[in-house]
Amino acid sequence: MTAGTLHPTLAVFGRQLALYRRLWQASVFSSFVLPVLFLVSIGIGVGRYVGTLEGVDYLAWIVPGVLASTVLQISMGESTYAVLGDFKWSRAYHAMRATPVRPVDIVCGHLLYLVLRAEVAVVAFLLVVVFFGGLHSPWSLVAPLVCAVLTVATAAPVTAFAAAIDHDSYFALLYRFVVIPSTLFAGVFFPVEQLPAVVRPLAYASPLWHGVELCRAATLGRVTAWPPVVHVGYLLLWAVGGVTLAVLAFKRRLED
Amino acid sequence: MADQPLIFARDLVKRFGDFTAVNGIDLEVAPGEAFGFLGPNGAGKSSTMRMIGCVSVPTSGQLRILGMDPAREGTAIRARLGVCPQLDNLDPDLTVRENLTTYARYFGLSRAESGRRADELLEFVRLSDRAKGKVEPLSGGMKRRLTIARALVNEPDLVLLDEPTTGLDPQARHLLWERLFRLKQRGTTLVLTTHYMDEAEQLCDRLVVMDGGKIIASGSPRSLIETYSTAEVLELRFPDGLDLNGDYAAKLEGVGERIDPLPDRVLVYADDGDAALAEVHRRGLTPSSVLVRRSTLEDVFLQLTGRTLVD
Ligand SMILES: Nc1ncnc2c1ncn2[C@@H]1O[C@H](COP(=O)(O)OP(=O)(O)OP(=O)(O)O)[C@@H](O)[C@H]1O
Ligand SMILES: [Mg+2]
Repeated sequence: MTAGTLHPTLAVFGRQLALYRRLWQASVFSSFVLPVLFLVSIGIGVGRYVGTLEGVDYLAWIVPGVLASTVLQISMGESTYAVLGDFKWSRAYHAMRATPVRPVDIVCGHLLYLVLRAEVAVVAFLLVVVFFGGLHSPWSLVAPLVCAVLTVATAAPVTAFAAAIDHDSYFALLYRFVVIPSTLFAGVFFPVEQLPAVVRPLAYASPLWHGVELCRAATLGRVTAWPPVVHVGYLLLWAVGGVTLAVLAFKRRLED
Repeated sequence: MADQPLIFARDLVKRFGDFTAVNGIDLEVAPGEAFGFLGPNGAGKSSTMRMIGCVSVPTSGQLRILGMDPAREGTAIRARLGVCPQLDNLDPDLTVRENLTTYARYFGLSRAESGRRADELLEFVRLSDRAKGKVEPLSGGMKRRLTIARALVNEPDLVLLDEPTTGLDPQARHLLWERLFRLKQRGTTLVLTTHYMDEAEQLCDRLVVMDGGKIIASGSPRSLIETYSTAEVLELRFPDGLDLNGDYAAKLEGVGERIDPLPDRVLVYADDGDAALAEVHRRGLTPSSVLVRRSTLEDVFLQLTGRTLVD
């Protein structure tokens, strides 16, 4: 027997990369072209009517929002059907389970891959945005870091959800009642202060809003209204909680 | 280490809710052995294999694999097992070769070593020409061969094969048997489950017959046949047999050691099939077809349970 050298988490990451090499073309549109189109049409189109918001032009104001919601899209897109499919259809997770790969390796390998996927989209998006004059501060360099944490904070709980359900119809509910509302009301397109006071707590509860706040502070070079440590701490809470739940869900599902 | 069994189980039980799938079995498999589980659907073969593979936790009983405790050392045990599950779980979006290389990486092998073993194993299961192709268009037999190749990628000490040839045509089965036989000759310890008595006879040094979660007999294929059946079997088909095989059985009373009327034929167990046939003719019976053959494990199973193995 040959002594193992590669960490099993990285082996799972490697499998995801091998899959991505086959399927990347399909993802270019949704994770890169679409956000840019979005930014151009809403930022420039709607921006004509809005003018400036909180002292900056509307395009620059929504850049961090579109950035963070792109991260959410990637998290969701890769942690719902793909995860359930590897349990139910390809049974790839069962194949891994028969090797030294542990449930925690599967979860972490999957998330590591998602961080990479998100970072590629984030960096590409930021490079385009520079040409539109959408970044107002060198602090923008922190945005990819925030996006990495946001990826885990959103992908981990969704992965746990996907590992716990038996039928993909639950995903439609997740999109309808969680993803779409949080994209609309988490400060992506307008400040949450414009929401009625009763629904504002929903925005505060959403990890997306905290990601948007941090990204906006970074790209516009200003301080957040709340202490940044609260935003970061809240995102980390979701990340750690999500990973814990995901590992438990994987253990339960793979052990029969 | 030499005499230590690779698999040791005492009173092993697996329950799902209040349903008992494996009901207190004892096992010992020595290094280099080819060991088989023979049994009908639902006998508990796969449930047992999953416990041996350390992916399913026993409800009770003792289990040691490779001398280790699955509850505490599952990861270390799995590193030395090769598993071919009952349901193929290949990665449909990866190529044939990538299926082997990504799997090899799960065992911590380097990229170069993974590639080398993948090429070698594709050669072994005769799939080299499909290396760059997708898994999806492979035939059932090819997928099975690929799954077996994948199970060998870590050079395992113990290979678990759950129904390696179910659903394959005879030609594909023979190719697989030949490959498995080679493994056995190399000294790899094989544990397999099967519905097919010919598979069990060809590949297994020793086997257990399972039914309803219990082991109902064990031994070498030959000793099982000697213990539970006669040397030969006379198969008689009667033109109006469908409803009347019971009546024919009554008329055959005393011919051979035992008579078994099945829906489509009557089996006469006798050490000398030709002598039994002569007696059938002497009694004035005129079967439409007659076959004298050697006893098989199928007959052992029929004798033990009163049921046929493949339904
Ligand atoms: N995860 C599970 N949950 C509930 N019941 C199960 C589970 N796995 C197996 N069983 C039940 O346990 C019994 C034994 O199943 P098992 O798969 O071990 O049989 P088997 O001998 O492999 O049969 P087959 O030849 O059909 O593969 C069956 O009645 C099956 O329905
Ligand atoms: Mg089975």
